[in-house]
Amino acid sequence: MTPYRFTFDGTPLTAVPGQTLAAALWAAGITSWRTTRHQRAPRGAFCFIGTCHDCLATVNGRPNQRACLLPVRPGDTVTTQEGTGHEPTRQATGRNTIQEGPGHEPAR
Amino acid sequence: MNPPADLAVVGAGPAGLAAAVTAADQGLSVTLLDAGERPGGQFHRHAAGEAHPDTRHGRRHYAPRARRLEEHRRTGRVRHLPAHHVWTVVPHPGPGGAAWTLHAVAGPDETPATVHARAVLLATGAYERQLPFPGWTLPGVLGAGGAQALLKSGPVLPGRRVVVAGSGPLLLAVAGSLAAAGVRVPAVVEAADYTAYARALPVLVRNPAKLTEGALHGGALLRHATRLLTRHAVTAAHGTTRVEAVTVTRLDRDWRPVPGTSRRVPCDVLAVGHGLVPQLELATGLGCATRRTPDDTPALVVDADQATTVPGVWAAGETAGVGGADLALTEGEIAADAIAHALCGTPRDPRRTAALTRRRARLRAFADAMAAAHRPGPGWTGWLDDTTEVCRCEEVTAGRVREAVTEYGAHDTRTVKLLTRAGMGWCQGRMCGQAVARLAGEPPAPDRRPLSCPVPLGHLAALHTGTGPADPTAPTTPTDLTNGGTP
Ligand code: FES
Repeated sequence: MTPYRFTFDGTPLTAVPGQTLAAALWAAGITSWRTTRHQRAPRGAFCFIGTCHDCLATVNGRPNQRACLLPVRPGDTVTTQEGTGHEPTRQATGRNTIQEGPGHEPAR
Repeated sequence: MNPPADLAVVGAGPAGLAAAVTAADQGLSVTLLDAGERPGGQFHRHAAGEAHPDTRHGRRHYAPRARRLEEHRRTGRVRHLPAHHVWTVVPHPGPGGAAWTLHAVAGPDETPATVHARAVLLATGAYERQLPFPGWTLPGVLGAGGAQALLKSGPVLPGRRVVVAGSGPLLLAVAGSLAAAGVRVPAVVEAADYTAYARALPVLVRNPAKLTEGALHGGALLRHATRLLTRHAVTAAHGTTRVEAVTVTRLDRDWRPVPGTSRRVPCDVLAVGHGLVPQLELATGLGCATRRTPDDTPALVVDADQATTVPGVWAAGETAGVGGADLALTEGEIAADAIAHALCGTPRDPRRTAALTRRRARLRAFADAMAAAHRPGPGWTGWLDDTTEVCRCEEVTAGRVREAVTEYGAHDTRTVKLLTRAGMGWCQGRMCGQAVARLAGEPPAPDRRPLSCPVPLGHLAALHTGTGPADPTAPTTPTDLTNGGTP
């Protein structure tokens, strides 16, 4: 099977078809792809099964995607997610997704 | 709208898969909903790009059931809905004898999906229990189950030098698969003491297969020169942008770190986990009663038929108490037989029922012995310093939780949560719940969350505008969710 091409912060990477974004990033030696809202500390994947939400990434402009669950699609543009990653793109995507907590707090 | 199914099964891990095919074998129409892309759950993970999971257990347990699933899918008896995350189940009498409505979000675009069924079987599995320690938020620290997931389905080696730590039988399995894949595992750090197993000797000898499994893992580790340190814990992880080393410390009987016994072990990944916690929110949302297992974890109360305390709702696998894949399969088959009998009067073969029941009792006894041996000792909070983040999502430190308890008089998890926001972030306390409860001086309570996964606003609104059933227990406005699911 031909590997998929995608980019992370502009760097071209590849993924095996069916591979999750988190697995593809780890395979490339990348273990963090977001910063926290308060301390701006680096985080990546932790539980790898969709529970902890530490692996949130911005994929094709859409923030708060769980990289450990999301299969890479050819041509995906992945960027490091800073803080909530939410405010600047809410309008752009036209979505209003409840994240049961910080995701729908008013922008500060 | 699809006609109601006889049975909706939530979760396609060993328990759900076994239940779905067994029920379909007996003539029931089954809808199988699963958050994963392919059946098998966390246990039978598929490697990316492969048709079947390549694990030792996989071939024995998984392959025959996957084949039956495929056959039933072709004849239309089973409707398999992969990548469907059920976020609530509500009682909803309807046409065709439907008693339940299941609401799910499907696929990466979170399309709403609704399933109606006469009976529900919850096989929602478990997630890993994590006990915090300084540095556990560093990139490169991952769940022990997560390391296994990455290795099996990635397929990716998590690191070059991986310390495996925590407690429970999963650690040996994870270390064994890492070592077999060529990863250097300098140490397996187990907080419990295996002598605890001695007390359970009669149960052990009745489970020779389980012992063989343990011996296989042990043997694999010996061959790879891995050290097994029992009654030790990783009490800190070090590094700036990712983990570079861990501190390993000896523990006393109560899991209190023994001063002066720390040593540093270099590594590029730490895989850590302290056993499994059943995932219960769909069940508790329906009002199913819970019990406490020997490791102080809430699990569902089920009767001899795997029926929960809510009529029409059954449970199997880790949801009814963590016990591994063999037990999950057995429970799934018992539940399916009972459901076929209850819904359609299908006669039950007494010999088969007796054999399954005996098997369940034997495996459950083994699971209980393991749970007791690996039950977290109260002294583990001794390795938290005040700056240790307890809640990863909201970045709440142990110091702030302790302050809420000592300065502001919070005596329970709920008050601590309201004062500090611990457990109110994205993961809804799934990662920090145990720790916060302990620091507040209580045993951890069963999951109570209004939604079992993030849900687009429009789907919730639809529930209350006539397109969905009115449900008094469902959150009435989105703002209800901002309190983090506190009842
Ligand atoms: S790593 Fe935990 S949700 Fe993705």
